Amino acid sequence: PPERKRFYQNVSISQGEGGFEINLDHRKLKTPQAKLFTVPSEALAVAVATEWDSQKDTIKFYTMHLTTLCNTALDNPTQRNKTQLIRAAVKFLETDTVCYRVEEPAALAELQKNEWDPIVAWAEKRYNVAIGSSTSILGPNIPASTKETFVSHLASYNMWALQGIEYVITQLKSLILSMGLIDRHITVEKAVLLSRLEEEYQIQRWGSVEWAHDYDLCELRARTAAGTLFVHLCSESSTVKHKLLQD
Amino acid sequence: MAALGSPLQTLRGLLRELRHASGRTGRPYRDTPAYQHIVAAFRAHRVTSEKLCRAQQELHFQAATYLCLLRSVREHAALHREYHGKGERSPEEVAGLVGFRLPQQPGGKG
Repeated sequence: PPERKRFYQNVSISQGEGGFEINLDHRKLKTPQAKLFTVPSEALAVAVATEWDSQKDTIKFYTMHLTTLCNTALDNPTQRNKTQLIRAAVKFLETDTVCYRVEEPAALAELQKNEWDPIVAWAEKRYNVAIGSSTSILGPNIPASTKETFVSHLASYNMWALQGIEYVITQLKSLILSMGLIDRHITVEKAVLLSRLEEEYQIQRWGSVEWAHDYDLCELRARTAAGTLFVHLCSESSTVKHKLLQD
Repeated sequence: MAALGSPLQTLRGLLRELRHASGRTGRPYRDTPAYQHIVAAFRAHRVTSEKLCRAQQELHFQAATYLCLLRSVREHAALHREYHGKGERSPEEVAGLVGFRLPQQPGGKG
């Protein structure tokens, strides 16, 4: 289908009953399920408005990650409740990228040890859990108590923030890296690098192919940055009291 | 704590990205809600100074994350245009790639 042309001149924000709304000229932005697009955080509304205002001739939805995240929070198209979201998030620990190690080639195994051991150690200390790593095809054996700790921790986040957390985990293929981001222990650039460690290793050996490697790298960075920002803006004390975020 | 670099660098980077983003609409980037929000936030927390307290660190992390978002989206879009946006070549272009020219057939293919 042809791309949608930019059909509006001005993008502005207004405050409605439910929260902050986005106006495209005189029209109020709606979600894909035709609900009124309302967000609980002014900073988030500003960032969404900036996405819309950045569109040139055609609207490139694939660049509008914050808008997409808000739509998901508002429409909840997969119809998941809080418990299901948390379960999906914690399940990733069983196949967490930073716990899944190779034995060969030796150089890659060494790189994984040097780059991933510290972040696993950080998570173990920060959450007072045992995680470890494994070269087995089955992955690490995560104790039930560890999973419970993370379930309990994630339950302290509201539904919007959880959508964001689950999104970041899916992008990075790692719960541990995502918690590192949420806890501001590592930057987005670092998290993405650690997530793509094997790709980076292959690129160093064989060279980079811009149209594939850089393309994927930029896209992963954009999505991860959007998800992280989304989580933080939806969990700020100034927004947490908002009724949109009351589960 | 994440290795963030200097808050001033982050702020400069953000303003640069906002300039890029709004260049398309002709509206001065200083008029945009994003610019005003960011500048106000940095001023309120004085994030350009050396010693940072927790709230300032949180703001700086947020700013650095937003900068990463803006920069990555712009770079991704540029790569998309460069490598993925061109669509199919016309028969004339394809012929030209191998040094041929399509024959002129004023009466049609017959």
